[in-house]
Amino acid sequence: MTPLLSVQGVSKRYGTHIGCADVSFDLWPGEVMGIVGESGSGKSTLLNCMAGHLVPDTGAVVFDTRADGPRDTVTMSEPERRMLSRTDWAFVHQHARDGLRMGVSAGGNVGERLMAVGARHYGDIRDKATDWLARVEIDAARIDDRPSTFSGGMQQRLQIARNLVTGPRLIFMDEPTGGLDVSVQARLLDLLRGLVRDMGLSAIIVTHDLAVVRLLADRLMVMKSGHVVEAGLTDQVLDDPQHAYTQLLVSSVLQV
Amino acid sequence: MTRTSEYNFAYLDEQTKRMIRRAILKGLAIPGYQVPFASREMPMPYGWGTGGVQVSAAVLTPDDRFKVIDQGADDTTNAVSIRSFFEHTAGVATTTATAEATVIQTRHRIPELPLREGQVLVYQVPIPEPLRFLEPRESETRKMHSLEEYGLMHVKLYEDISRHGHIATSYAYPVKVEGRYVMDPSPIPKFDNPKLGDCPAVQLFGAGREQRIYALPPYTQVVSLDFEDHPFEASKADHPCGLCGSDSSYLDEVIIDDAGGRMFVCSDTDYCDARQAQGHRGKDAA
Repeated sequence: MTPLLSVQGVSKRYGTHIGCADVSFDLWPGEVMGIVGESGSGKSTLLNCMAGHLVPDTGAVVFDTRADGPRDTVTMSEPERRMLSRTDWAFVHQHARDGLRMGVSAGGNVGERLMAVGARHYGDIRDKATDWLARVEIDAARIDDRPSTFSGGMQQRLQIARNLVTGPRLIFMDEPTGGLDVSVQARLLDLLRGLVRDMGLSAIIVTHDLAVVRLLADRLMVMKSGHVVEAGLTDQVLDDPQHAYTQLLVSSVLQV
Repeated sequence: MTRTSEYNFAYLDEQTKRMIRRAILKGLAIPGYQVPFASREMPMPYGWGTGGVQVSAAVLTPDDRFKVIDQGADDTTNAVSIRSFFEHTAGVATTTATAEATVIQTRHRIPELPLREGQVLVYQVPIPEPLRFLEPRESETRKMHSLEEYGLMHVKLYEDISRHGHIATSYAYPVKVEGRYVMDPSPIPKFDNPKLGDCPAVQLFGAGREQRIYALPPYTQVVSLDFEDHPFEASKADHPCGLCGSDSSYLDEVIIDDAGGRMFVCSDTDYCDARQAQGHRGKDAA
């Protein structure tokens, strides 16, 4: 079996400052990988390098494409990369308004990716949008409302629907539950877990919330100052942290 | 050729006209592609056709016969002032008859009379970028054009249908040129969109403030964007012309009194006058 995504020695520097350094790992189909670390540890840099938003200084990000098998997305042409990010990839931003078109109705937001890959039948697009709104627990009656009238949790769920409508195989998430209150977080996590399992998605989740990775991730990478300091199965890393920083991180979680 | 000793022919200097012609040629070579050009200050405000005037100045020759229309009419401020501008600075013959003109500068309409080979139609364009109100970043829209990512254009049409039940965009209706570039046909009514394609005349689009020129060479394929289940429809007011009785021309609605009285008349005055001269009469004709 080939890994869906193979990250090989990815480094990104901002001048003399290290973004992330020499990160390598394989992500297998259906696997959910969590990346945790404090603010500024390079986890978002790494995610953006993998998703093609940033060009890494060195290293390769090899994605197992449907048509041509494993391809390095860093060196592939921009049209191909943008095509991937519209079809096989999804990117969920921390702030829903970064990932949504706030001036376009919920249905239009969900339909955009369909239209971008050539859907030209209004009725079909609308049916699909309705279906996806239901899947992310948004009332179908709100299909023509703008996302600016939605609550934060609804916006985040709409963003997820908009990303998953083309049936991607890999979803990148940058702090998907950041800025949401805990009950909404719990619902969103529940929803995400269901969607990931049902659709057999692979996912890479960047977060600083250990509860999120405990719930969603199969494997975990801990980053500090741009380096991966510990990696392994989620339960193993969280229950028996080896690195001093991971121990600090685990012990810093507030208990209720 | 009255005042060419005082002015350079057609107002602009030869180097400027050369630069604009190069942009026009490039535009003709890549139909629908917006070519940047160094737009000059013209003796009129932006929005009054500075782009169209520069394109006209660059293509006019002393032998040309020039016609200007504004919303189809030859006798409105914009049309009259631009026509007299070129009478003074180029000394070219002018006309209001579509059939006799060789260069026609237009704002917001395509003449009703079918154009023929050898004619040049120059459009005044306020906003050349069809994606402008969907994606405000110019860097991004250029990338979308170069990578042919036009899904967003359909999002606009989708929004129309979801809000109004049909495609409510009635002017500046986006078109796809030769299966490649999505183009804003300037704010012509969508009634005129079918005339863009397969047209024997050369069509040039000049946007002065935005510094863009684009073009359609003769007999270019131009398709209005739509959905399979909501096809494009060239719409007009469902009335005959009050003056000439034509039921196939594009109409203006004119309010005639304070009691809700109104009449519909051809927006193309030359077409309407010609029909009246042939003896056609509408119900409101005096």
